Amino acid sequence: MSELSLESVTENYYDVLKELGNIGAGNAMTALSQMLQCKVDMRVPQVKLLDFKDVGTLMGGEEQIMLGVFLAIEGDITGSMMFLIEKKSAKHLINRLMMGMAQEGEEFSEMEFSAMKEVGNIITGAYLNSLSMMTNLKIYPSPPAVTVDMAGAILSVPAIEFGIYGDKILLIQSQFFDDEEIDGYFILVPDLQSYAKILSSLGLPV
Amino acid sequence: MSEIIKVGMADLKTCVSPDGITTLGLGSCVGIALRDPVTKIGGLAHIMLPDSSAIRNSQQNIAKFADTGIEELVRQMVALGANRTRIVAKIAGGATMFKFEGSTNSTMQVGQRNSEAVKAKLGKMKIQLLAEDIGKNYGRTVVFYPENGEFHIKAVGRSESVI
Repeated sequence: MSELSLESVTENYYDVLKELGNIGAGNAMTALSQMLQCKVDMRVPQVKLLDFKDVGTLMGGEEQIMLGVFLAIEGDITGSMMFLIEKKSAKHLINRLMMGMAQEGEEFSEMEFSAMKEVGNIITGAYLNSLSMMTNLKIYPSPPAVTVDMAGAILSVPAIEFGIYGDKILLIQSQFFDDEEIDGYFILVPDLQSYAKILSSLGLPV
Repeated sequence: MSEIIKVGMADLKTCVSPDGITTLGLGSCVGIALRDPVTKIGGLAHIMLPDSSAIRNSQQNIAKFADTGIEELVRQMVALGANRTRIVAKIAGGATMFKFEGSTNSTMQVGQRNSEAVKAKLGKMKIQLLAEDIGKNYGRTVVFYPENGEFHIKAVGRSESVI
């Protein structure tokens, strides 16, 4: 399998990846809105090729405190999938999920972390399932891990993976929101070799 | 008026007192602060990976690796007038951001490997390591002041510490 060179990524590839993000995130949003029993919208996904020093600007600066659910992807493709949500939004989401029983204040309890892991599990599962169906590739997510930290520190995890191959990171980002309180992101970061597999499984020359 | 210079991920910069130098949101990456206490010339590198020789493509950003990043930072500081033999170091970062049960995946331990590689390189170059705040499972923002050598470390939900 040839490797995709980041310099040769064309507009055409971007459009295809964007469409994958659209369908994947669309399915994830459906799962999320069923779980919360409210309407959740999403913006048009973006495919971004970034220098490492600009990774922090993805979501309001390196020091923006986010709750992140991280899943490693294995199978025919490898990489990572992340579900990031601003701290206050995460509280609202948990509160809605737990029928108003979320703990007051800034901190998250073990049970709340556990609830967020499950949310992460279900919605990233919906995302990856649709991706797997479209590409006919086997995709297995790891159990989720969760943390609350600075966006820069969380995003360094997939960035390091890309650092092995080059000086830029390529990712598919979708933003979702509801009428008032919830605002978060999905980020799919296949490894470089996996992009080539995804694109060729869809019949694109790589 | 003094300034605070910003260093990005996989980046390095020098800094002369009274200016300070910072890098935000260090996760598994390691921030290496170097200083010549006499000239008060300092520098900060934000490295992502332990070792440049394990990487196939050599035409890469050298600030990304522990070994080449430290060498380059020292070179730039000496070019500014720092004395090579007086340079001392403080380091922070190298966290494991996400913990998976039973996982031995190498990516997940990159924080630890980064810290070890940084220490090995400093040892090889005979640069004394004065203080460190590494490992654990949280991100850090650091600010370094070559004026007095203070290395300020901030983390979410913890009070600021100075090493």
